[in-house]
Amino acid sequence: MSELAFFIDYSRCIGCQACVQACEECDTHRGRSLIHLETIERRDSVQTAPQVCMHCEDPICAQVCPADAIKQTAEGVVQSSLKPRCIGCSNCVLACPFGVPKYDADVDQMMKCDMCYDRTSTGRRPMCATVCPSGALAFTTIEEIMRTRQGRAVNDWQFGDQQVRTKVFVLVPTEATRVNLSVIPLSSLRRSRPAPDPYDVAALLEAD
Amino acid sequence: MADERPRWREDFPVRWDEDNYMTRRELAKFLTLGSGLLASVNILIASIGVANRAPALPARRIASADDVAPGTSLLFRYPTGDDPCILVCNADGRIDAFSQVCTHLSCAVVHRPGDDVLACPCHKGSFSAREGLPLAGPPTRRLPRITIERRGADLVATGVEV
Repeated sequence: MSELAFFIDYSRCIGCQACVQACEECDTHRGRSLIHLETIERRDSVQTAPQVCMHCEDPICAQVCPADAIKQTAEGVVQSSLKPRCIGCSNCVLACPFGVPKYDADVDQMMKCDMCYDRTSTGRRPMCATVCPSGALAFTTIEEIMRTRQGRAVNDWQFGDQQVRTKVFVLVPTEATRVNLSVIPLSSLRRSRPAPDPYDVAALLEAD
Repeated sequence: MADERPRWREDFPVRWDEDNYMTRRELAKFLTLGSGLLASVNILIASIGVANRAPALPARRIASADDVAPGTSLLFRYPTGDDPCILVCNADGRIDAFSQVCTHLSCAVVHRPGDDVLACPCHKGSFSAREGLPLAGPPTRRLPRITIERRGADLVATGVEV
């Protein structure tokens, strides 16, 4: 029996917001959800995807922090910024390839998912994984996932030239062994104005 | 990402277990226990000192009271044969005894009856012959007093008051 791990199965997400509500319940950041529920191609689809912190083995957010405010525990959990240290520079917000850290101006501090460290460090499951009705978020063993799910759980990511290994697994089709994402260089965007984003709902509402 | 970590990263590691982080509670615990340890060691050392206090020196007969006339002095050794002392009988018959070792550089002091002082010939230091206090010259500390008791016709040395 291997140890408990966090698994995200994006295809199972039904967008019920239960994880968001459960995250808001936590007393350390009450009323503010640290899980992001993303909409995918919102004009054409109702698909949603939950995004918790992936807890990189070599956390980019912590590497770029100039104030030594983001720390990684011995278990590999990347914690929220330390209140006495965070200077609110938002370096981590820009650096994270998953878009997880967010700067909260009300408390002048970056806050991010820490995999409910108070719960997982004592053997309990994270809030969001306990409430997810469709199993899109699961905190269990790899054997249990392999037994009950289709696809393969991977924690290897390729962002352009940068390889990232994460503590959190995502479920992908069986033939894939890693998630490859191409990076659009900013210089190409500057040269030619990009076409308006067809999925930018705010722009669509303004147009009507 | 560079393979070699920069030197400053050792002081500011990302991982908690590589960091020398000390919480306020740990510091308070260290201060409390450290102060307690210091206090208890002080008490221990003091109690060892009390328990092993030097035993009272043996009383030893110095001279017969009739041997010392007023205005004279007498050399003796007390408590061991290596500790020269001087017994002074003042003009009014009062008897005092001191270590003969000058507290400046350990020359032997001598009695000058006319001035009622114990004078050190080496550097012209002098002590009062009644209290042993330094009066002039380089010495700053008093001479250790030898307590003298009169037992019948005998003068007996009973101890040293540093």
